[in-house]
Amino acid sequence: MSLTQDDVKKIAHLARLSISDADIPSYEKELSNILGLVEQMSAVDTSDVAPMAHPLDMAQRLREDKVTEENHREDYQAVAPSVEKGLFLVPQVIE
Amino acid sequence: MMHNKTLSELSAALKAGEFSSTELTQSYLSRIADLDPLVNGYITVSKEPALAAAKLADQQIAAGEAGPLTGIPLAQKDIFCTKGVKTSCGSKMLDSFISPYDATVIENFNKAGSVMLGKTNMDEFAMGSSNETSFYGAVKNPWNTAKVPGGSSGGSAAVVAARLAPASTGTDTGGSIRQPASLCGITGLKPTYGRVSRYGMIAFASSLDQAGPMTRTAEDAALMLNCMAGFDARDSTSVERDVPDYTKDLSNSLEGLTIGLPKEYFGEGLDALVGKAVEEAIAEYKKLGATVKEISLPNTHLAVPTYYVVAPAECSSNLSRFDGVRFGYRCAEPVDLEDLYKRSRGEGFGAEVKRRIMIGTYALSAGYYDAYYIKAQQLRRLISDDFKRAFEEVDVIMGPTAPEPAFGLGEKSNDPITMYLSDIYTIAANLAGLPGMSVPAGFVNDMPVGLQIIGNYFDEARLLNVAHRYQQVTDWHQRVPTQFK
Repeated sequence: MSLTQDDVKKIAHLARLSISDADIPSYEKELSNILGLVEQMSAVDTSDVAPMAHPLDMAQRLREDKVTEENHREDYQAVAPSVEKGLFLVPQVIE
Repeated sequence: MMHNKTLSELSAALKAGEFSSTELTQSYLSRIADLDPLVNGYITVSKEPALAAAKLADQQIAAGEAGPLTGIPLAQKDIFCTKGVKTSCGSKMLDSFISPYDATVIENFNKAGSVMLGKTNMDEFAMGSSNETSFYGAVKNPWNTAKVPGGSSGGSAAVVAARLAPASTGTDTGGSIRQPASLCGITGLKPTYGRVSRYGMIAFASSLDQAGPMTRTAEDAALMLNCMAGFDARDSTSVERDVPDYTKDLSNSLEGLTIGLPKEYFGEGLDALVGKAVEEAIAEYKKLGATVKEISLPNTHLAVPTYYVVAPAECSSNLSRFDGVRFGYRCAEPVDLEDLYKRSRGEGFGAEVKRRIMIGTYALSAGYYDAYYIKAQQLRRLISDDFKRAFEEVDVIMGPTAPEPAFGLGEKSNDPITMYLSDIYTIAANLAGLPGMSVPAGFVNDMPVGLQIIGNYFDEARLLNVAHRYQQVTDWHQRVPTQFK
C-alpha cells in the first residue's frame, strides 16, 4: 500500500494536523512503509472470525443516573489557554 | 548505603529507625541532582512536595501507623496526572500542564504514605521503544550512556537501574514496561488488562494500556502491585475482582511448574547471545523443579502488524482531545478555529505522534475501516486464541523480552519500522490482555538481557512467584552499573 502526497495532505486535514510542505515527502514515505508492514494482515483469511474489540469479555458497567461529580470548573479552567466568564475562548466562529 | 536497599529493606529500616524518610528522601534528591544529568531520567523533580510528604511519613512512622510503603520514595512516570505537579507525558503539548487532579494510581500511593521524588521521562505520549521521541530529550541507558534505555517507560527504567529511585511506575501498551526493564536490567510487570485503574493515566490506546511496577526485585514489584491494583469505579474497564496479597505466594515451590517455550520466540530475528542467555535461565528453572514444553503461538508474526492498526486507531481518537482549547499548547494568533486546531496540534505534537495519529485516522476513515480496523480486530482474536490454547497445557510462557540488548542512541530513530520490531515479543500479551514480566537474566556485551514471563489472566501472583524464585538463585538483578554504585 502506497500513499501519494495528496493522500498525506488529506489525512493530515482529517486529523486536523498542520504539516509543512517540506515534511510531506517524508510522511509519504514513512506512512507508506507502515501501511506496507500492516499489509501482512491481508494474507490471513478471517472471514469466520469475530472481531475482538477488547481483551476481556465483560459487559459495560452501568450506574445509577444521578450526579456524583462535584463542580471543578474553576480548577479545570485554570489550565485552559484562554477563558472568560467561565467560557473557553476560541477565534470567532459565527459572524 | 541507603540507595542500594530494596523496598522491603527500606521499609524495615524506616520502621527500625535506622534513618528517617526525610533523610532517605534527601539522600535520593541529592543523588538525583548529582547523577540524573548523566541519564536524563527525570522531567520534573518535585523536591518540596517530596520533603513535605516525607515529613508526614516520619510522623506516621513515629506514631506506629506505618504501612509497607510509608515514607518510601518513588518515581512516577510522567503519564500519570499529579495534582499541582507538571504532567507533560513527554510532550510539548503538555509542557505547561499542571494537573488539577491525581490519577488513581497516584492517589493510592499517596494514601499508602509513599513519597514522590519526581516524574520520569518517557517517549512522547508513550509512543516509542527507545525514549528518543521525548520532547525533553532522550534518556540514556545507565549501563552505557551511548545506548538507549528502551521505551516508552525509559526514564522509569533508567532511574531504578541507576539507583535514583528505589522503584518506579510504568505503563505498557505494547511492551513499554517490559522492554525498558529488559534493556536496563531491572524487573518490570505489566498486569492483566483492567487490574490497575487507568483513571488519570493519559490515554494512548485504551484497550491495551495498563500500568505496572518497575523495580529491582520481584518482591518489590509485589509490594508495589499490592498498592496499585484494585477496582476503580472511575475507570469503565476496571475489573471488579478481589486483589490478593501478592507477597504471600512469592516463595512457593516451583516443583511441577510447566513452562511453555513458544518456538516462534526463538527463531529468526533473535540475537543468538540473547537466545543463549534465555536458555540458561530456563536451565535454572529446570533445576528449581519446573518442566519445559515446546509450544506454538502460530500467529506471533501478525502481532506487530495488528498492533500498528489497533494502537494508532485508538490513539487518533484519544489524542483528539488535544485541540488547543481546554488545556495544553495553543498556537500563537490563530486566524480561525480550524487554524487553531491544526497549528496547535501540528506544533504541539512531535513526528512519531503525528505519524501514528495519521495512520489511525487513515485506518478509521470511510472506505478503509473494514480492511484495516475490523481486520486487525479479527487477527487480535486469533492471537489471543493462540494463548488460550497454550495455557491449557502450560502454567507460564517464557522467552526473550526483546530481540536484542540495548541499541545505540540514534541507531533506529530514523526508521520507524525497525524500531517497531523491538516490541515483537511483547506486543501479543497486550493484544490478548495477559500479564507479563521481564526479569534480569544475564548480560550480552556488558548490556542487560531480560527473560519474559507471560501468565494467564489475573495470574500475577504466580508470575511474581516464578520471578522471585529465580532471583533467589541468581544475582543478575543485584548488579549495579559502575557509574551509579
